[in-house]
Formats: sequence, structure tokens, C-alpha cells
Amino acid sequence: MKETPLSNCERRFLLRAIEEKKRLDGRQTYDYRNIRISFGTDYGCCIVELGKTRVLGQVSCELVSPKLNRATEGILFFNLELSQMAAPAFEPGRQSDLLVKLNRLMERCLRNSKCIDTESLCVVAGEKVWQIRVDLHLLNHDGNIIDAASIAAIVALCHFRRPDVSVQGDEVTLYTPEERDPVPLSIHHMPICVSFAFFQQGTYLLVDPNEREERVMDGLLVIAMNKHREICTIQSSGGIMLLKDQVLRCSKIAGVKVAEITELILKALENDQKVRKEGGKFGFAESIANQRITAFKMEKAPIDTSDVEEKAEEIIAEAEPPSEVVSTPVLWTPGTAQIGEGVENSWGDLEDSEKEDDEGGGDQAIILDGIKMDTGVEVSDIGSQGGPKHWKNGADAPIILSDSEEEEMIILEPDKNPKKIRTQTTSAKQEKAPSKKPVKRRKKKRAAN
Amino acid sequence: MEEETHTDAKIRAENGTGSSPRGPGCSLRHFACEQNLLSRPDGSASFLQGDTSVLAGVYGPAEVKVSKEIFNKATLEVILRPKIGLPGVAEKSRERLIRNTCEAVVLGTLHPRTSITVVLQVVSDAGSLLACCLNAACMALVDAGVPMRALFCGVACALDSDGTLVLDPTSKQEKEARAVLTFALDSVERKLLMSSTKGLYSDTELQQCLAAAQAASQHVFRFYRESLQRRYSKS
Repeated sequence: MKETPLSNCERRFLLRAIEEKKRLDGRQTYDYRNIRISFGTDYGCCIVELGKTRVLGQVSCELVSPKLNRATEGILFFNLELSQMAAPAFEPGRQSDLLVKLNRLMERCLRNSKCIDTESLCVVAGEKVWQIRVDLHLLNHDGNIIDAASIAAIVALCHFRRPDVSVQGDEVTLYTPEERDPVPLSIHHMPICVSFAFFQQGTYLLVDPNEREERVMDGLLVIAMNKHREICTIQSSGGIMLLKDQVLRCSKIAGVKVAEITELILKALENDQKVRKEGGKFGFAESIANQRITAFKMEKAPIDTSDVEEKAEEIIAEAEPPSEVVSTPVLWTPGTAQIGEGVENSWGDLEDSEKEDDEGGGDQAIILDGIKMDTGVEVSDIGSQGGPKHWKNGADAPIILSDSEEEEMIILEPDKNPKKIRTQTTSAKQEKAPSKKPVKRRKKKRAAN
Repeated sequence: MEEETHTDAKIRAENGTGSSPRGPGCSLRHFACEQNLLSRPDGSASFLQGDTSVLAGVYGPAEVKVSKEIFNKATLEVILRPKIGLPGVAEKSRERLIRNTCEAVVLGTLHPRTSITVVLQVVSDAGSLLACCLNAACMALVDAGVPMRALFCGVACALDSDGTLVLDPTSKQEKEARAVLTFALDSVERKLLMSSTKGLYSDTELQQCLAAAQAASQHVFRFYRESLQRRYSKS
């Protein structure tokens, strides 16, 4: 669906409010929305909610052969998907610009910053390395996709455990999760993106814009930083011109925000770790708040299936026996077999009405029209006849052929000569055909003019 | 834990009625459902069955592309996204099954030349995925206020090598089973809307599974009713 355009009065309203340092949801200029992180039962699965923007992240791993020019390094693969439920405007063909931009930013932020130690992902140099794949799905779009996605990615990577591998000389043993506890990835630092939206040619600045604010902004500055105040990536889009001190100021704000967010992430990871160790319940079921009236839970419900057998027997006893089973298949020639009698061709009606338009018209003109092999189109006259759609060479065929306009019909077999010779102009072409495999001739309908 | 429950129930059944080991007390896993959790779609629901979780979002009735419009009813579209990797043929086939089920219950003729889109995202897969998708889709359609002539639910059951029936199988049970059958049942008369099966089974077993699924669907519909009552009641 097309994106609903933003009305002028809404745009003016938002801009005026921003000029007066007011935001629609009551936040201050530098405030982030509430971040909520929940984990699933599998390792590496998490859902991050930044206000109403929701991103699902999942990490998975696989043993593959390494890239040729990086034989001792593992492979990282990132994929951010804008699900169609996130916004009505996200349709498969339509979101390419935004998608490419977000994916590229994610890659720069996570791969180029070397936050994951790829050397540790090597199992056998030059032969087997781990490929870590991070899939991010945007579930609800309420602005600031990039921040939510980067948080989801880094949380999922920190949460993920890969199967343990041991190498003894030439032998490589891959342990299943039951045999040996899976091992976490080796992560050096956690880069997190912080977005700044600029309005009125850089005069006003907002951190963590929501969807409405994103629509009216002039430009966006994204700074990816880790808690050690190292900038991993910086990107300015929208064509706004920023002064040096504006950028420096933004990076200071980003430093503060990243520190807060990193603390939140570490706490969430720790909580999940604790719950798993103590054997408590974990997973998305636990993160559904009980108090909400829109949420409801039901414990395990036993089902009484003791009368299932009696019911089933009753039904079978009452059921009619199945209809006559079709006779065994008949093999006419190698490659041509028949089961059953076939159905009447439902193209029949169309054929009759079409034929009135044909110059060659009726059933009488047998030789005239012939077959136009160049266009590969033939007149089909199976219409009123019943019987199967395929024909075989005379002999013992009980099937009645239609009064087709062809004189004869040949089944071409690889080593034999065609049994009958066609009396039509296209015979030359057919004689070449014996070199091919046996061909089942088919009548094609004349294309509608 | 699942296995323990089954063995206990099996023993009980044998002592009680002295019937064959078939048809022990099966049980459905822990259910949870949250509606209206996403702000952009018209209706959304997250359905959890044990560890299997599916998130559904519904947009509709909304504008439809001219190429896809149907003159006398709504065009229903179902999109299923797996968690890892790109969607493949299995997803396409599940989308079709879910679409056929939805088309049978949604009153499309009330909204001609519109589109109703159901988007499903697999959040975690631990067995009976298709059944969970069906349940999530139904709850999301209800949340979106799409007119339907009945509710529907999905129930999966597995038959293991000695013919024991297990309802709502986990992925381990599905892997070890001889046949896995998923049914979509409607709420008015527990009639069958859709069935998708994989594996080898006899027609007696099919009827048994269907009867068991119908018994299980009672519980699922009661769950729907209670969760909607909780949401819409004034107390």
C-alpha cells in the first residue's frame, strides 16, 4: 500500500512544537524511549522494543569453508528485513532504498568495527570456519529502526552460544549441545548506534526520533559508539550541513546514551543468565505481562482422548467404500503410458466459438490450413470429441481420434523410421526429428487473433 | 517433562479402563496469547504454544492493487516469514494452507475490492508450527475486526511408531514420529477446514487423530473465549 502522505497542518504542528522544545510524547530533547529486551528459549534469540518500534533478532551458525583471501577468519553475515507487518508501506518491491541504507549501516557498524573476533571462529584453517548469521526482522515501525536494530543485533550476538568444537591433530569433533555446553562468541566491544534528527537546517536537534518526527526531519546523523567512547561508524544523510561543534556535541551525547544502553543490555543478559542457571522459566512466555488485559495464559491442559477409538470406528463403519480404483497403467511405447480414460477436453466450447472466426473454418478443409510449424501453432479440433488427450499410433489403440486436420500422426522413435509419412508441407522438418527422443505430438490451439 | 506426563496418563488409562495403550491422556502445552501488541497493523496477536511462538499482524480491509482486486470479495493474502534465512517453498506451501483456511471463514463479500493481508512471523519453532500459525492468524483477525463467520483453530498431532497419539507435539516428538497431522477446525460445529499431513498412517488412525483434534479444539476455543472475555468485559 502506498504510504499515507503527511498533511501540511500536521507537519507544521510538529515543526512548531519542536521549535518550542516540545515533543509529542512529552520527552525531552535528549531522551530515549523505554527500551525493553526479552529473550527467547533458544540461544541468540531476542526481541528489543524501543518505545513501540520492535525488532526480532536471531543468530545462527554453520560450518562452511572460508573465503579464499581470509582463510583463517570466520564469516559474519547480517540481514535486516523490514517485515510487511511493520508498516503498510513495506511491500516486497518498494522498500529497497531504505533497506539498503539500513543494511549497509548495520554492516559497517558491526563488521568493520571488528566487535566480533573472527579469528576465534576458525576451526580448521583454510577448510572449516564458523559462519555466524544475524537475522533481524523489524516487526513494528515507530521510528528509529537503526538504533533498535543495532541493539537487537548486539544483544543477540552476546546471548548466542555456538556448539563446542575440539581439534586434535587431524580430527575435528563437533559436540552437540547435549554433550557439551555451547560456547559464547568472543566479543570485544558492543557498538551501538545513536540517531540524531535535525530540523530547520540544523537548528534543532532531537535524539531518537519517532515515526512522525522522522517524516518531518531534514536530515539524520547516526553515530555508532561503544562504551569506551570509541566511534565505530558515523553517517550523515539528508544533505544537511552541520558545523564541527554540532557534530562534536552529538558525539558527546552519544557517549552518554551508549553508556546507559550498554548498562541496560548487560543487566538484561545477566538476568537471563541467572534465570537459566537456576532452572527457572525463561522465554517469551514469561515476558508477557500478566496484568495486561490483552494478554491471557492457560496452563497445560490435559485432553481426554479415551473415546477416540470408538468414534473413529463408528465413522469408518458408516463411511462408504471408496469408488472403483482405476485399472493398471497401460504402456503403449517407451515413454508413453496411460492410466484411465481421460476427461473430456474442456477447451471444447472455446474451440467452437473460435472456429467461426477462422478462415479455414469447418471440418471440411483438411488439407488447406495445415500446420504452421513456423509459428508452432496448430488448429486443434479435439473439441467435441471425448477421449484422452494423447494419441498413439494406430495399431491396437481403442481410442478414437478426433477428425483432425492432419492426415496421419507419427510417434517418432529413436532408432526406427517413422512408420507413416505425413502428406503435408512440413514433412521435411519432421524427418529431422527422428534423431531426437520419441516425441508425443500435441495439438496446440490456434492462438486467438 | 512431556514424556513423563504421557507415561503417567498411560498407566492411569491402563489401570482404569484396561484399554489398549493407544489413546492415553494427551495434553496441550502451556498456551499464551497477547493481542494488539503492535501499533501499526490493524490487528496483531502473538500466540505461544509451549516454546513455539508466532506473531501475526493483519492489515485490512485496505486498498488493493488493481491487478489483484476481485470484484465481489476481498483479496486475502498471507505472508509467512521464517526466522532464519529467506522464505522458501515450505513457507509458500504453508501460506497457501493458511490462506485457504482463512478464505473459508472470512466474510470477504462484505468488503469487495479490498485486500486483507495477514503477515506471520515465526518467533520460535519448537513443534506444531502450522497449528500455532493458524491460531495466531485467527486471533489477529479477531483483533483487527475482520468479519468472520466462525473462528478457527489449528491442532497438530503426531503418531509414533507404535501408534500412540500425541497432541501438540514438540519438535523432538515430531522428528521421531511416524506421521504428523495438522488440522484446522472451525468453531461452530468443529468441522474440518484444512488438513495437512506428513507420513504414513491408516484411515483408522486418521479418524482417530481427527477425533482427538476435535476434542482438543474445545480447549483452544475455550481459551479464545476466555482471553476475549478478559479483554472486553467491564469488570
